[in-house]
Amino acid sequence: MRLAPLAAAIMAVASPLWAASGDDTVTTFTLPNGMNAVVIEDNRAPVVVHMVWYNVGAADEPPGKSGIAHFLEHLMFKGTDDLEPGELGDIVAAQGGSNNAFTSFDYTGYFQRVASDRLGLMMELEADRMRDLVLDNEDMLTERDVVLEERAQRTDSSPGGQFQEQRAALQYLNHPYRIPIIGWQHEIEQLTLQDALDFYDVFYAPNNATLIVAGDVDPAEVEALALEHYGPIAPSDSLPDRVRPSEPPQIAPRRLTLADDRVSNPYVIRTYLAPERDAGAQETAAALTILAQVLGGSSQTSIMGRTLEQDEGVALYTSAFYSGTSLDDTTFGVVVLPVPGRSLEQAEADMDRMIQSVLDNGIDDAQLERIKTQVRAAEIYGRDSLQGRARGYGVALTSGLTVEDVQAWPDVLDAVTEDDIIAAARQVFDMRQSVTGYLMRPEAEEATQ
Amino acid sequence: MTILLRACVVAALAVLPVRAIAAVEIQEVTSPGGITAWLVEERSIPFVALDIRFEGGANLDAPGKRGATNLMMGLLEEGAADMDARAFAEAAEGLAARFSFEAFNDSVSISAEVLTDNRDASMALLRDALVAPTFDQTALDRVRDQVLAGIEQDARDPEEIASATMARLAFGEHPYGSALEGTLESVTALTREDIQAAHGTVLTRDRVYVGVTGDISAAELGPLLDELLGDLPATGVPNASEADYTLDGGVTVVDYPSPQSVVLFGHEGIARDDDDFFAAYVMNHILGGGGFQSKLMTEVREERGLTYGIGSFLVPRDLAAQHMGQFSSTNDKTAEAVQIVRDIWADVAANGVAEDRLEAAKTYLTGAYPLRFDGNGTIAGILVGMQAQELPIDYIATRNDKVMAVTPDDVRRVAERLLQPEDLHFVVVGQPIGLETGAF
Repeated sequence: MRLAPLAAAIMAVASPLWAASGDDTVTTFTLPNGMNAVVIEDNRAPVVVHMVWYNVGAADEPPGKSGIAHFLEHLMFKGTDDLEPGELGDIVAAQGGSNNAFTSFDYTGYFQRVASDRLGLMMELEADRMRDLVLDNEDMLTERDVVLEERAQRTDSSPGGQFQEQRAALQYLNHPYRIPIIGWQHEIEQLTLQDALDFYDVFYAPNNATLIVAGDVDPAEVEALALEHYGPIAPSDSLPDRVRPSEPPQIAPRRLTLADDRVSNPYVIRTYLAPERDAGAQETAAALTILAQVLGGSSQTSIMGRTLEQDEGVALYTSAFYSGTSLDDTTFGVVVLPVPGRSLEQAEADMDRMIQSVLDNGIDDAQLERIKTQVRAAEIYGRDSLQGRARGYGVALTSGLTVEDVQAWPDVLDAVTEDDIIAAARQVFDMRQSVTGYLMRPEAEEATQ
Repeated sequence: MTILLRACVVAALAVLPVRAIAAVEIQEVTSPGGITAWLVEERSIPFVALDIRFEGGANLDAPGKRGATNLMMGLLEEGAADMDARAFAEAAEGLAARFSFEAFNDSVSISAEVLTDNRDASMALLRDALVAPTFDQTALDRVRDQVLAGIEQDARDPEEIASATMARLAFGEHPYGSALEGTLESVTALTREDIQAAHGTVLTRDRVYVGVTGDISAAELGPLLDELLGDLPATGVPNASEADYTLDGGVTVVDYPSPQSVVLFGHEGIARDDDDFFAAYVMNHILGGGGFQSKLMTEVREERGLTYGIGSFLVPRDLAAQHMGQFSSTNDKTAEAVQIVRDIWADVAANGVAEDRLEAAKTYLTGAYPLRFDGNGTIAGILVGMQAQELPIDYIATRNDKVMAVTPDDVRRVAERLLQPEDLHFVVVGQPIGLETGAF
């Protein structure tokens, strides 16, 4: 078994290991106004997932307005020139549908899951709020309180959440990935209606959006419906280029310690700045994806799990993680949660020893082959989840990748060799680009144990 | 646009449920050895999802052995037949078979996804985990340490503290009164014999329900069931006794250093086989079950911004039923939110719900039901749930009729019966301003 609650607490962002790959069930089209669309056919159940992804996220916010992308996502449910606040939700619910949204660094997405013959109505609703949002100041203030409660719940009530936020701020010296998606509390408190509308006016337009429809649909019908509902919306002629402040050379390792009474199991976590998947050039990211599995995928068979958890019994939990789907540089992370009585300094030395062992000893052929088997199988299992497939395309396309990149990904993973993995490991394990964090209890309490 | 939308909504009501539900065809399969499974054949993706549930679960922990069932389930994949933990993991990874083993109070659950290509080998491996686990001491000690770490983590997690406090106050010494993971003391004391005993008690053929969905026929499934489960003991021990609910209305504050308080509230609920269960289910959907559309969400989040999320839910377990709800709120807003929950509870108990809210709820629930059946693993789980609740095999086709049959009078009656604002107990974990432990 694996310590699932610990894993959830440490890995603040769940990273789908292998995005579902495409096949002949996937088609694309582009509307005359520049809106791109992907259609994934799956006729097993009369269900459709309808998503609109905007190429804008927290990393695109103006300075001092952290949290505005996410706050606007909340306000998108507050009514339009045609719909009262909350009415969109009532209409979707009246269809038996579910309805929600999400914001990340690189994207903001809105989705409904509903019976497939209701697709046109969902498009009508989503098209309406793409340009015609109407906001009321009192609603805005109440919703800002909701967002502050969300931040208190997700981040400030959790030492692991606060730790993650502090680590990210150290990892990026200049790039906006250093700022939390939900925003810093003192800046959320100052966000205004005008801030939200300014952000909306700049970024919410068909030529900055991708439509994804997955389920029991006919691609030609989807295109006709999209043309009817999204087609009339004028494109924006003032979309800014998607260029964020970039990182200078990182020349010094960074360290931090967060001590909090609420911590139960101290751990050490290190992240290294790492390259992301780029359009047409996914090989390094593929090697890093496999490296994460080799080093810390399975608690029985990965290098860290086998050695630190099983053979030596010095760790209760180990993991390596890498999510390559990102517009700009991402991170490769390693975690060791030591057994009680073992210090974080010792745990960090264990971590270093395992990293060195990959570089020195290479990778067991049988282990690599088992991982490849699972990569191939993940593609089959992944076809079972409509939402997962739709989301895989959405994340990729808003992170600078193409449909072709998504469909090539399983083969790129399959082609990774031991040499590729070692080369990628040598590139990524550079202490100068690293942040090492200790999450622990206050010293006084440690000493009395 | 508004008018057009409304027209669509009205038109939608009549057609929605019928078309969608027809797609799920369940076959009952009985193996040569007499084991029954429900099967939905779905040939389009080359894998099979299985869901296996043994009723009883951690409620069957022997006296003083709290945590034995949970630890036993955690050890099934840590060595079986002639394989140690690593050999077992390598075998599963080499087949790309996915197994998960979970313990609950009322049951334990095994889920598996196996590729068509190597189905027999994958099933043989799962059989070893279920029938021939080794529980070797090294694995036991290692997994025990993980469980102990989890228990320590839960002791510092506000949501876990809230649910443990509520359980203890509501059910005392009954298994429902304590976490199924056990305590530091009980888990530390568990021996290999205790784990073997739990295995013999919990995984027996008289308690098993099986749901299968995917790339397999009834003829292929039958013999597989015998191979997988046929070597388990036929019977185990009697079920635990019903649990008495021992908590009165009031507030229990547990001091916890955090800017927010986690609030868990509730009182007794309604059994799944009660004639009024559907009415209660619909009523709760309107009260706090229906996401953004519910009364609690509207009043506490949308109107006042007191929380990020609030919900209520029926918890009809085998040996007791509860009706509960949960939210988190900044410490200086918690008291106000608690008062609003009490007011809404009293209002719905006294007045029922508006007729248009009832219609909206029925439309949602009947429309959403067919959307559940959209993945092999999900469907396998539903098949097991239906059998465990002793529902007929044609239940899916009739379920929406039961929802549609709920009348305003039914909701009024069940609200008056079920919602008892003076019995609501709020467990508050945090440092709430203006709330103290005691009766209202």
